[in-house]
Amino acid sequence: MISYLLKRLIWLPIVLWAVSSLTFLALRIVPGNPIQTVQNQVMDKSQLAQVEAVWGLNRPVSEQYLNFLSKLVRGDLGLAMSSGVPIRRMIFERMPPTIELAIVSLIISTGIGVLSGVASVAIRNRAIDYSVRTASILGLSLPLFWVGIMLIIVFSVNLRWTPTSGRIGAGVDYDVITNFMFYDLIATGNWAAFSSFLRHLVLPSVTIGLTSAGFVARLTRSAMLEVMNSDYIRTARAKGLYERSVIWKHAMRNAMLPIITLQGLQFGAILGGAVITERVFSYPGMGTWLLDGILERDYSVVQGGIIFVALAYVLMNMLVDILYHVIDPRLRNPSN
Amino acid sequence: MRADRTIGSRLGAYWRQYDIALVGGAVFAFILLVTILASAFAPYDPMARNIKNRFATPSTDYRFGTDQLGRDVLSRVIHGGRPILAASFTAVLSALAVGTIIGVAGGYIGGWPDTALMRLMDVMLSFPSILLAILIVATLGVGLLNVTVAIGFAMVPVFARLVRSIVITLVYEEYVLAARSLGASDLHIIRKHILPNMMPPIIVQASAMLAVAIGVASALNFIGLGVEPGTPDWGMMVAEGQRLIFDAPHVPLFPGLAITITVLSVNYLGDGLRDHLDPRLRRQGI
Repeated sequence: MISYLLKRLIWLPIVLWAVSSLTFLALRIVPGNPIQTVQNQVMDKSQLAQVEAVWGLNRPVSEQYLNFLSKLVRGDLGLAMSSGVPIRRMIFERMPPTIELAIVSLIISTGIGVLSGVASVAIRNRAIDYSVRTASILGLSLPLFWVGIMLIIVFSVNLRWTPTSGRIGAGVDYDVITNFMFYDLIATGNWAAFSSFLRHLVLPSVTIGLTSAGFVARLTRSAMLEVMNSDYIRTARAKGLYERSVIWKHAMRNAMLPIITLQGLQFGAILGGAVITERVFSYPGMGTWLLDGILERDYSVVQGGIIFVALAYVLMNMLVDILYHVIDPRLRNPSN
Repeated sequence: MRADRTIGSRLGAYWRQYDIALVGGAVFAFILLVTILASAFAPYDPMARNIKNRFATPSTDYRFGTDQLGRDVLSRVIHGGRPILAASFTAVLSALAVGTIIGVAGGYIGGWPDTALMRLMDVMLSFPSILLAILIVATLGVGLLNVTVAIGFAMVPVFARLVRSIVITLVYEEYVLAARSLGASDLHIIRKHILPNMMPPIIVQASAMLAVAIGVASALNFIGLGVEPGTPDWGMMVAEGQRLIFDAPHVPLFPGLAITITVLSVNYLGDGLRDHLDPRLRRQGI
């Protein structure tokens, strides 16, 4: 188990190097750099050359690359070209909101998906099974951004239950410690701010959660169907166990493997979906930041943002692998 | 089939097994027809403005109402599938072609070229497709053609992996070994024995990917990386309609419904195709 984890950890820097190098090269393959695209309206040639020299953009790409790598190894991601703000500070500002959004969305999608998937198999009722199947294929088909806007129309515009955008109310006072509001606001006991925060978080996370629950429900259903036909389930029933314990203790344990794999993959999709959802709700996370950086061709923002998304994604996959070993004893023995 | 079932439940079972896929196929065919012949179906010019009649709610004259410039929403929805469907079909077919070449090459040649190709595909697959597509559009520039390239590129590894997994089982089939021992060339074996046997799973995968492509294309147009503002396009119409949620919520409503119905019909069609073409999954009905 530990040697396996170490093997995975060795891969981590290699993957990060590959992702950052690909991003670096992709941004420089296409002609035009951020200085030219933003500033060529107001600068003459010599001024342009000066600014390019400041950012090192006049150097050969190979030299820029080595410089970028040597800084990256020291954890220095540079400054945003458009604003001059250190990337590290931007990540501190923008990463926590997206992680909170992603985790709450993942919980909603897993909760709805697993429960409805199990219900469609365990409760022997055609109507329930059919409704779950229809709802999950509908969930797969709904465009995320449109669901977000429809929820805003119903809950923010008509019912006035939730705000239309942002992360927390404009006039709300709060202290930033880690910038994870779940921690900061609870640690400081700032319940007024916490309730404003939750009301801002509910629609974006429900939007992502609902549209990704369909995948989970479909997979849970098929995994459960496969497991329910196996011999040990018949044995468990023959022993006279309660159906509830047959399903949750015997069947779920084996059906969990594909579900956890899917959730690991879903986390990446949710990070991607966050770009769209954050735009709908003007939510100040990595998604809107990365998208703005892309549109401004801000090399440092795109590089820094993508490296951190890749890091989050790789760590999530490692967590999935660890969970595998916890759930499936067969994997603990390396001879299998 | 048990004898105690009523005729109704038997009909219901039959319906669920086959006809929902047929309905999906028929709805999608209808959407394609309307999209291709958009000018014949649309009651008005999708770009014609009529400021006096802006924010009209749905009525018999304007079935889906009008937007902030008084343009007919129904006519814009009828025209609005063109950019997304053109981009999605092109992207999926290109990814299918490139992925098949990579998959056949890897699976047939084997050895280190196979390993290298598949590791590359893994790296691409490990990246969320929508983020990969956004990054590609960022480097290539904003525009529908670049959206198409980006989606196609992001889908190549899906097809490459699938094709390779089929090819490595087929190369050891007796009829392939027999053809080889008779002196058939590699190209002949690939064309006559390997490609035809891969078709069912590839068709199933392509239909699933088409549904994903339509979703991603509309999302990219929504965030402004695809078509120009003002273009009749489902994604762009929802984006521009978001500013009207207080005045005219029907403007973002209908293009979003069009995306949902289109993707839903492709998903049902894909499920039906899978049930028919892939007998291993037939009984599960997932």
